[in-house]
Amino acid sequence: MYQYFYDLTGNTIIATLIVAVFPLVNVLLVALIGVYLERKVSAWIQDRIGPNRTGPLGLFQTVADFLKMLQKEDATSTEIDSKLYNIAPVLVFTGSFAAYAAIPFSSKLIGSEADVGIFYVLAISSLVVGGILMAGWASNNKYSMLGAMRSAAQIISYEIPTAIIVLSIVMFTGTLSLDKISDMQTASFWNWNIFGGAELGLTKFLMIPFMFIGFLIIFISTLAEVNRTPFDIPEAESELVAGYFTEYCGMKWAMFMLSEYGNMFAVSAIVSILFFGGYHSPIGYLGNSIGVEWLIPFEQAFWFLAKGWFFILVQMWLRWTLPRLRVDQLMSLCWKYLIPYAFVNLIIIGIISLL
Amino acid sequence: MNQYFKNTWLGIYTVLVGMKITFKHLFTPAVTIQYPEVKLKLPERERNRLYVNMDDCIGCDQCSRACPVNCIEIETVKSITGEDLGTTSNGKKKALWVTKFNIDFAKCCYCQLCVFPCPTDCIYMTDVFEFSEYDRNNLVYKFATLTEEEASEKKLNFEKFTAEKEAQKAEAAAKQKDEQKPAS
Repeated sequence: MYQYFYDLTGNTIIATLIVAVFPLVNVLLVALIGVYLERKVSAWIQDRIGPNRTGPLGLFQTVADFLKMLQKEDATSTEIDSKLYNIAPVLVFTGSFAAYAAIPFSSKLIGSEADVGIFYVLAISSLVVGGILMAGWASNNKYSMLGAMRSAAQIISYEIPTAIIVLSIVMFTGTLSLDKISDMQTASFWNWNIFGGAELGLTKFLMIPFMFIGFLIIFISTLAEVNRTPFDIPEAESELVAGYFTEYCGMKWAMFMLSEYGNMFAVSAIVSILFFGGYHSPIGYLGNSIGVEWLIPFEQAFWFLAKGWFFILVQMWLRWTLPRLRVDQLMSLCWKYLIPYAFVNLIIIGIISLL
Repeated sequence: MNQYFKNTWLGIYTVLVGMKITFKHLFTPAVTIQYPEVKLKLPERERNRLYVNMDDCIGCDQCSRACPVNCIEIETVKSITGEDLGTTSNGKKKALWVTKFNIDFAKCCYCQLCVFPCPTDCIYMTDVFEFSEYDRNNLVYKFATLTEEEASEKKLNFEKFTAEKEAQKAEAAAKQKDEQKPAS
């Protein structure tokens, strides 16, 4: 993508800016629409109406909230460690935003076509833990501290099942590049990894149940990694006020929110790339059938965003269905259930792909 | 070991059951009543703001005496002969000018005890319940139809009338005395 814009504009700075701005716009849009949808979905599930006063159908509610946030005073406690306190939201947002560098929105819209794509995403998103711990520690508040500790414990624990399932997909496809993984699942939904990949044969049908288990595990563990209900004990309102960002207000708080929604889309994108064909259409392209080549990347971007939003909606659906887990339940779910299943799944997928 | 797989199955199954329920609720219409635009019909015997129909009021002061919190203030002036105050809708003759009929809704406890003793049914409950005010004094509702000038005029008239009557009486008494004196 960078090369494409470099050829188009002939200027490295402009090309870099365009490449960097697209995911940023995407994150902002996800946060803007995501907050609105979160409210609406929660309202529909609870038989309410939801925001409907600000603009038609309450569409400008998030915009109004954002304007309010901009005007807020940056009130801080006197006892904070102001260096860490100010860096923390930036670091958290950097961690979630940097993951977008390797995520392919379509075959032409990739920040970096690095061969270590999925590895890079897993590594860079761990930066969030550091930011959260910094926020909790620097706030000098017991609730912040507890939230940060819980969050660190949770994110680090749940990275293990995520990594194991990613490993099994990497074993199966033989590449770490997110672009190549998506490209292997082209043409039809029958070629998606959740249906055993593109190769026809006995192995494909043997693979389907284990791929399905793998999808369930990675969905649950990524849900826990982005601190969403039912795994939102780091910011449990009823216990910890607001968890690690209790002491934050205004735009710094908004940065945490932004990174939460950015993370939601990022993990949805990862799940859809690994198991649901990434940017590839499930039913073939209109551009191919009517012979318009340039339409295909746009269609791909549409399918990618549609899949991402589908998983975000599932996450919201789960959020308003399940109650919050206790800390011990959270840990036993990860260490006693997800990790053993993931390991067995890894071994079985390895054996099947050897066949 | 058996328990372990049972737990796994139960975990997945119960989550799916919950998700099915919430999915159904996604499509059930909202139960919200958008209050200022949509109002529920109040029950038949609701007790809200009082209203006094001054055309029917005879100034009997019975509501004020029935009130447990003394929120009704009534002042009346007797009419003088020759003044016609008309009749109420159920045929009672009015004999008093009601110069002041104040109900303080900040004090009112909406017990409806003032409604029952009214001989002409002129004080009753309405269905208005949204009458909040920023100043407590605005909650004192003045129902008297006479303006202040009229009220003071009526008072003066009555004073004059009584004074005249007194004078007449005094005169008559003096006359009687005069008549009685020579006789005795």
